[in-house]
Amino acid sequence: MNDPSPAHPRNQPPADLVRKVELLISNLLRVGVVSSLIVVVIGLVVSFLHHPGYIRSATQMHQVISDNHRTWHSLSELGPGLLQFRGEAIIMAGLLLLIATPVMRVAVSIVAFVVERDPIFVIVTSFVLAMLILSFVLGKAGG
Amino acid sequence: MAPRVSRREAGQRGTAPSIQRQIWTRSHPASSATVPRVEWAHHLSVLQFVLATLGISLVAGLAGSLLGLGGGIIVVPVLTLLFGIDIRLAVGASIVSVIATSSGAAAAYVREHMANLRVGMFLEIGTVTGAITGAFVAGHIQVRWLFLIFGLMMGYSAVEMFRHRKHEEGGVVPPDRLADRLGLHGSYYDQTLGRQVDYRVTHTLVGVGLMYIAGMVSGLLGIGSGALKVPSMDLAMRLPIKVSTATSNFMIGVTAAASAGVYFARGDINPLIAAPVAAGVLVGATGGSLLLPRLKNHWIRLIFVVVLLWISIEMLWKGVRGT
Repeated sequence: MNDPSPAHPRNQPPADLVRKVELLISNLLRVGVVSSLIVVVIGLVVSFLHHPGYIRSATQMHQVISDNHRTWHSLSELGPGLLQFRGEAIIMAGLLLLIATPVMRVAVSIVAFVVERDPIFVIVTSFVLAMLILSFVLGKAGG
Repeated sequence: MAPRVSRREAGQRGTAPSIQRQIWTRSHPASSATVPRVEWAHHLSVLQFVLATLGISLVAGLAGSLLGLGGGIIVVPVLTLLFGIDIRLAVGASIVSVIATSSGAAAAYVREHMANLRVGMFLEIGTVTGAITGAFVAGHIQVRWLFLIFGLMMGYSAVEMFRHRKHEEGGVVPPDRLADRLGLHGSYYDQTLGRQVDYRVTHTLVGVGLMYIAGMVSGLLGIGSGALKVPSMDLAMRLPIKVSTATSNFMIGVTAAASAGVYFARGDINPLIAAPVAAGVLVGATGGSLLLPRLKNHWIRLIFVVVLLWISIEMLWKGVRGT
């Protein structure tokens, strides 16, 4: 399919396998993105249905744009909110899904490089994933 | 400061809203300084705000996915200056916008080999370690000087990119043994040139070093992640411009996801602000990923140069002003 250029290291696996893995990553990304988009939009619609004031009155705007409107920022808060079908909680769940896609992308790439028999990149990608987790933990400790 | 109530509001509910606002303003003196400054934002309903944000985010996603930038340069000023939203919530929404830009376009870029995953992943080593270093040195460093230094650096990159705007994609580059060993060279189909472009990567280590700096700077200053990544790949590593922006686009999402967890835990991500940003940017970025293959290379460079100059001036201004 491609020319036998030195674009890839030696003893590489069949090109169609590599292509399959690429398509798998691409499709996984699309599923993650589309589902998070759907969840966020459902959440928005539900919030408007629950709060008719959001649609016409201007009073609730300052609640939304002000600093004190801080809710749904822990998983323990999010669970019950989802069970009660609260719009804001559904939005947050969709946003978390969105935040998770790039991390999933890195994790899946590790598998992909294993399939492609590419030890250097298995190490590179694992290192990146480890650093991502480390920075998340450090950030949480610091913040 | 007398709180103002829209006419429609006053007619509907009497004086209740103004009392509500007074109570709120009194109990939150810190935010009251920023919020009432944008009076007209209070005359919007939440629905109007959501729709306006959705529209602006569409543009931000489109531009961000084409240029490999997060879209924070559009989202943050619009939310803070236009709608008077607290800066922390605006930054929280902008981190969501970065991830949405990256994820919205990544599927197409990966499928069409526009993003070079190997280059992106290898450079990500520099970015993540830089970001962690940035978190540690924050507070020990004069941010003002950083703004000045990187404002100048971006201005220089903009000039260089302008000079090389007619660069031929896939031209001859100095050999780089590390790039050979890592198998970083690649190939993509360029629609506007009507041919497959085989390109070779060079100065890989320089690239990782620049990414380390880019990661540190974006961690410290909150801007400039994509704005430093694209020129590094374009000028130092000599990647084709479309591959540079698509790969930068791939990378910014990964780095932003790590910090997004922190913003979420801190409560800086407000659902009703972040939802229209996420939805608009996702759709805009998907559109951008369809548009990128059809754009001429030198046009992408030119648009990027203009945006880069803008960011550079903004950074220099912040440095001179001392904030």
